[in-house]
Amino acid sequence: MSVLVVAEHNGKALAPATLNTVTAASKIGDVAVLVAGKDCGAAAQAATRVAGVKAVLVADADAYAHALAEPLANLVIALVDRFSHVLFPATTFGKNVAPRVAALRDVSQVSDIVEVVDAETFVRPIYAGNALATVRSSDLLKIVTVRATAFPKAEAEGGNAAIETIQPCPDPGLSRFVGAALTRSERPELTAARVIVSGGRGMQSGDNFKLLDAIADRLNAAVGASRAAVDAGFVPNDFQVGQTGKIVAPELYIAVGISGAIQHLAGMKDSKVIVAINKDEEAPIFQVADYGIVGDLFKILPDLAAALDKAKAQD
Amino acid sequence: MKILVAVKRVIDANVKARVRSDKTGVETANVKMAMNPFCEIAVEEALRIKERGQATEIVVVSAGPQATQETIRQALAMGADRGIHIAHDQPLEPLAVAKLLTAVAKRETPDLIILGKQAIDDDCNQTGQMLAALLGWPQGTFASKVEPGEGEVTVTREVDGGLETVALKLPAVVTTDLRLNEPRYASLPNIMKAKKKPIDALTPAALEVDVAPRLTVLKVEEPPKRKAGVKLADASELVARLKSEAGVI
Ligand SMILES: Cc1cc2nc3c(=O)[nH]c(=O)nc-3n(C[C@H](O)[C@H](O)[C@H](O)COP(=O)(O)OP(=O)(O)OC[C@H]3O[C@@H](n4cnc5c(N)ncnc54)[C@H](O)[C@@H]3O)c2cc1C
Ligand SMILES: Nc1ncnc2c1ncn2[C@@H]1O[C@H](COP(=O)(O)O)[C@@H](O)[C@H]1O
Repeated sequence: MSVLVVAEHNGKALAPATLNTVTAASKIGDVAVLVAGKDCGAAAQAATRVAGVKAVLVADADAYAHALAEPLANLVIALVDRFSHVLFPATTFGKNVAPRVAALRDVSQVSDIVEVVDAETFVRPIYAGNALATVRSSDLLKIVTVRATAFPKAEAEGGNAAIETIQPCPDPGLSRFVGAALTRSERPELTAARVIVSGGRGMQSGDNFKLLDAIADRLNAAVGASRAAVDAGFVPNDFQVGQTGKIVAPELYIAVGISGAIQHLAGMKDSKVIVAINKDEEAPIFQVADYGIVGDLFKILPDLAAALDKAKAQD
Repeated sequence: MKILVAVKRVIDANVKARVRSDKTGVETANVKMAMNPFCEIAVEEALRIKERGQATEIVVVSAGPQATQETIRQALAMGADRGIHIAHDQPLEPLAVAKLLTAVAKRETPDLIILGKQAIDDDCNQTGQMLAALLGWPQGTFASKVEPGEGEVTVTREVDGGLETVALKLPAVVTTDLRLNEPRYASLPNIMKAKKKPIDALTPAALEVDVAPRLTVLKVEEPPKRKAGVKLADASELVARLKSEAGVI
């Protein structure tokens, strides 16, 4: 089996989810990584060093600068004959491009896998993670997106793959990148963080997220949110954890003022340790929480910050 | 401009899906069904574009069993002009749906097709992208803003890092994200009016589309359950437990 992993990257480095996808790919066969972009030499170099990667295909052209689905899918199509599988991270990047590739090759895609059973059989969550389906693909070519939290990251160092330069395909010119408003943060990225502090509607305002920042600062955590908090405009859309937002599985997830709707649980219930802070003792979040505190978050959060400081001072 | 909107009938978002004891799937008998929430957002967006005077007709299409017509009626009651029902009793994979929609698009020649980004039952997030590919059209997925212009539509997309804006040549495919709009409720008079709006009946065979599944579902199981833990008195106790017992801080 030969597997192509389509890398998500920013030109300089690989996105963390690419490394999880390499791990899933390694369970199937020999792994090649495609790095398509503009001036993406550094990302391609990084890919050559990933443990387990045998080859790195690089396509450098203007058309790939913003990972637009139309030119990128055409490029992947031009390469797939060499591969039995094409894997993408199940990020907004992979979700956007993979089905386009699949349809162009008349393949039924397998989305968001959490387990590789064998080269043609995969496990994937359905119904917001309330069920796990084991599916077998009868297509010759398999096109799969990979849920990053279900696979460990491949080692970023230790590999020594050769680079192969790929001729870019003609740009179909269907779409144009206009701009991006990316959220800047000093904090770790949500899907890569070891600790996440998330706020819900109970936070009452964007300003009150400062209380969560205070905890996040002390734990080097990322800050997340429920859909209700995003819809209310407390925080930007990319904070949303859940079925239709980001899927996370940190060591520690602290849910504050979040009720625990199925759609939210779908995004965080594989976290190692879950803490819930909620004034309603009946809130469903407590059914999945390892530790819960019933009470007013506006009192508990400052207490928690103080308790963390105290614990630190004792170390 | 003519807009085609694809809608799916799914188990209501407020119902917790239950796995069937024979592990063949999820229980759908006697379960409340509803229009996929992302599809409601798709219908709403089409209506708003029409109300701004930028579209003349909205056609709603759905593939599924007979009861799917109720979902199409709901879209008509919200304000869509007419419906197309593609009758099929077995589950359809996104690739098959995309092929059916391609066939419909070739008949209807819309300028814009709006779909939900994801059906909340299969959680596939594929159909819109596949449809765009099969038609050779551009795609604007996970839209939080849709602005049709001269020969182009500008789409703001919710991406992992924030927001991204792309301009797509028309005709184009757009898939909706949650923040695109808040769908309206159908008013009683509009529900009555919708009963008279036409729904065309089609089949995969009539559209000459092979919808045979490519994936075999070997089994469907419940995920491992988390156990509820302990309630603690205060923040100090929490910090102590996280340190010594859980070892995560
Ligand atoms: C198609 C679809 C997709 C969705 N996708 C997602 C998704 O990806 N992610 C997601 O999160 N949701 C998603 N949702 C929404 C989900 O169903 C819930 O509506 C949402 O998660 C609720 O957010 P919340 O818990 O912050 O708000 P609420 O349910 O309103 O809960 C607020 C909680 O705060 C507590 N609280 C209030 N004040 C205080 C206080 N002072 N101290 C302590 N506690 C307090 C309350 O007791 C309550 O439990 C989706 C819904 C649909 C239909
Ligand atoms: N059976 C169907 N009939 C009409 N539209 C559908 C159907 N299935 C999926 N869709 C559309 O495709 C979107 C994404 O579905 P999916 O790719 O299955 O997650 C949905 O929100 C609908 O707009």
